[in-house]
Amino acid sequence: MFSGLMLTAWESASIVAVVAGVVGFFIGLRGSAFAAHALPNGAFAGAAGASLIGVDAIAGLAVFSILGALTIAALGRRARHDVATALVIVVMLGLGSLFLSMTTEYAPEIFSLLFGEVLGVSSSELIPIAIIGVVCIAAMFLVYRPLMLSSVMPDVAEARGVGSTRMEVIFLVIVALTTTMAVPVVGALLIFSLLISPAAAARSFTNRPFTAMGLSVLIALGTVWSAIALAYLSNLPIGFFVGSIGAGTYAAGRLWAGWKRNRASTPRVAGGRSRAQVQIS
Amino acid sequence: MQGRAVDGSDEILAVDGVSVTLSGREILRDVTFHINAGEFTGLIGSNGAGKTTLIRVILGLITPSSGTVRVESGSRGHPLIGYVPQRITLDPDMPLRARDLVGLGIDGQRFGLPLPSATRRKQVDEMLDAVDATRFADSRVGNLSGGEQQRILIAHAIISHPRLLLLDEPLANLDIGSEQEVVDLLARIAREQRIAVLISTHDMNPLLPVMDRIVYVANGRIATGTTAEVVSSESLTKLYGVHVDVIHVHNRILVVAGRREEALQHGGSESIVELV
Repeated sequence: MFSGLMLTAWESASIVAVVAGVVGFFIGLRGSAFAAHALPNGAFAGAAGASLIGVDAIAGLAVFSILGALTIAALGRRARHDVATALVIVVMLGLGSLFLSMTTEYAPEIFSLLFGEVLGVSSSELIPIAIIGVVCIAAMFLVYRPLMLSSVMPDVAEARGVGSTRMEVIFLVIVALTTTMAVPVVGALLIFSLLISPAAAARSFTNRPFTAMGLSVLIALGTVWSAIALAYLSNLPIGFFVGSIGAGTYAAGRLWAGWKRNRASTPRVAGGRSRAQVQIS
Repeated sequence: MQGRAVDGSDEILAVDGVSVTLSGREILRDVTFHINAGEFTGLIGSNGAGKTTLIRVILGLITPSSGTVRVESGSRGHPLIGYVPQRITLDPDMPLRARDLVGLGIDGQRFGLPLPSATRRKQVDEMLDAVDATRFADSRVGNLSGGEQQRILIAHAIISHPRLLLLDEPLANLDIGSEQEVVDLLARIAREQRIAVLISTHDMNPLLPVMDRIVYVANGRIATGTTAEVVSSESLTKLYGVHVDVIHVHNRILVVAGRREEALQHGGSESIVELV
């Protein structure tokens, strides 16, 4: 389970999980889940196009996801953001289907672009994945404060010289890069799960932003590690485990938050009741 | 205010002859007023009168078609203007404590991670204490009540020691109790920290006890001076261009437009419109 091909799988999936945990935290904060869904779709079309003209899949992923990010940011300034994002998905998926109809790739390769092929990552692919991962984390840490300010109070940020459009473009390009490195590993559909679930679960456990981001990384790592192990042992597809464990951690987070709220409010109710009793007697 | 220096060195904000035209429509015409350090100024006008536009011009987010805005420069590149915008919605699920939001007021525009430091923590604690928010400092900011959030936003705006604090309708959606608390807090900040406070509202009554100066906006123009000078039948009739009555009832001021004779004849209030 930890040798050769499997070792590369563990390494690449861990890098993807760390980046997805950090970037996902801001996706939750900014409410940009729809863009996080759209960009991997665009990236998928890019990979299909790349295989058609015979260049490296990562190049196609990068070009299309970054183009998608810039288009969403540009259109979103004038039109409604969700409509702009939806249009980008539709155009990208349309292109993807065109490229696929023209390509001679076998179905399993397309399947792996959509649902990931963590065991298919070669050690030569590991290097670009690691480099893009480091760039994404460094960029996230660099813009942490202005991005936080702009996500929480865009008007105030604007008045302090932190432009909303600039922050939006920077953030979407980071999401696009995350997508680029993640699609070969976990697939266009399942990176969405890693970008959303861990961060959403983490915010139930803590009030502190930086702790929530760290927790989001840990949950993402736990998700992919257990998914790989379970997939290896059960011979079921890894995507099934990523998706269901992700949803499971979120449910656990909500349950925890609900339990804590109940516990916090119970003494207050009891106090109120005893005061009432005193008044009656 | 009596006994307060009104010389040039004490002047924080100078708006001179500002006109604003947005997509062909004239929003503000020849607006001129000055504000001094420590002064509490109410920017009064009905909804749509141009209050938010004027605030955005002062913030430098809208360029006026003519006229100038000058804000007194402070020391060492501090943000000079503290700003609390209108209607902020903060997600209750957001993992962000009240103290985190106040901390962003110190260095939110800077790059890099916020490194924990004892000085920074002390500064945030003192600010939370100054706005009476220590009690809920560690709660999620999205879970706080409107009045509590307003106090946190004010702390965020003034922690970097601006000379001017702009607030856009900070009293909207507050219950009467928290309204009074926020007004008292702002008056105390203006007095103790010598910050010029400019607060926009469509209801001037909560501000009457603390207001040093009024900037009354109507029809894209303004009238400015003390409350007694501006809020009079004569001065507002001139500003609105229709007959306006100023009625004092129980320490409150009602501003109504309409022709009194007509209203009496009809025995109804159809032609009387409450303006602010």
